[in-house]
Amino acid sequence: MDWLYITMPIAGVPIFWPGLIILGVGVGIIGGFFGMGGAWMVTPGLNILGFPMAFAIGTDIAHMAGKSLISTMRHGKFGNVDYKLGLIMLIGTVVGFEVGAQMVMWLERLGNVDKVVRWLYVFLLLFIAWMVFYDVVKRKRKEREAKLAGRELDKLATGIEWHKTLHKIHIPPMVHFKAAGIYCSMWLPVMVSFFTGWLAGILGIGGGLIRMPALVYLIGCPTHVAVGTDLFEVMISGLYGAATYTYKGRTELLAALIMLVGAAVGAQVGTVATKYIKGYGIRIAFGWAVIGCMASVVLKLIPSYVPSVKDICGTLATIVVLGVVSLLSLYIAIRMVQGARREIAAKKQQRMAMESHGA
Amino acid sequence: MMRRFFSTILSMFITLAVFLPTMALAAGGGKVENVVIVADPRKVHGILAWWANLYNESHAYFTLLTVIIVPLVGVTFGLIADLVMASIGIDLKSRELAEH
Repeated sequence: MDWLYITMPIAGVPIFWPGLIILGVGVGIIGGFFGMGGAWMVTPGLNILGFPMAFAIGTDIAHMAGKSLISTMRHGKFGNVDYKLGLIMLIGTVVGFEVGAQMVMWLERLGNVDKVVRWLYVFLLLFIAWMVFYDVVKRKRKEREAKLAGRELDKLATGIEWHKTLHKIHIPPMVHFKAAGIYCSMWLPVMVSFFTGWLAGILGIGGGLIRMPALVYLIGCPTHVAVGTDLFEVMISGLYGAATYTYKGRTELLAALIMLVGAAVGAQVGTVATKYIKGYGIRIAFGWAVIGCMASVVLKLIPSYVPSVKDICGTLATIVVLGVVSLLSLYIAIRMVQGARREIAAKKQQRMAMESHGA
Repeated sequence: MMRRFFSTILSMFITLAVFLPTMALAAGGGKVENVVIVADPRKVHGILAWWANLYNESHAYFTLLTVIIVPLVGVTFGLIADLVMASIGIDLKSRELAEH
């Protein structure tokens, strides 16, 4: 079975390459569907495959840049990417991240902030999960009320409507974001992205997990556009990240390329699945992904209070993350196949009807 | 009005260029320790041995090639996946669902 292993040229370790492809498919599906880089999913996966941790981050970023490029291309064709919004948000994200990172360094000089940062991450994820499910419940309530009143709820209706309040801010310049269908002050996306960037800087994460709900709930992007625009940002930061980590000698390009083989397929599946799943379907699945991420962070926090359970918690955290990745990617892939089947059948029927009319 | 808007955008891009290095951390989620790693080209053959040698000789060329190869491979794989998907009969250019 030696042919199933490939020696990494830089790290010098043999790696089970089909595992890299499977991991690429999983994170590709989830990344293309939710619009995130997904570093929290890749690192435990690479760890299990026996990948040296020194190369894990750089390799993950290199593959993430390629994967996000594929997803952004596809989302762009669907009209899901608001490039103007993405570029404006990139500015706020970068400045916010710098402020957050500097703040963490300042706090580190005062004392150990690691535990505080992890707890902050847990509360933030808890808040995002609450926000997503509260929004779903509120929208369902609106649907029920509309049904009782004998009318149909507007397709663009949402549960949480914080963005409507924020759109009342009229500080010039006012900008129209065509793809997102938003007309608001330019300072709104700048401030929101500054805030999400600041949080990402403090937490030391990529930020896709925070930016996507922020685009939906604070800026008022339709879910599909939020996913595409977030991926556009991930693509740019990923390419830059890949360059700097590679320059530090921490990228195993061969592994990244093998993962990209799987991610190319996965990203297409995840992106095309957004065509068949309503915005609220994406939001619910996203809520579950956030819960999975939160569970893994909590499991990593427990050993700091009970050191004897460190090994068990580490294993459990990996199982949780990989379980969430497997279940979600399976769900998305099934929904994509079902949607594609329906579309192909409808096209076939249409063609047959046209032919019979012609005859 | 438009000139002011574009000057704001330009000043923000300058800020972006100044602060961009930290985006590497944002994308990765961790700091890299300063440990020198040397690749062992004896373990691999052919193009992989050449790649390992390139890593040892120049991180700059290694980075340059990586940054060119990753998007290139991404676009190539994306286009191949496009062809496969389109051959199945899925419309890959429009999305009818218009919901929040």
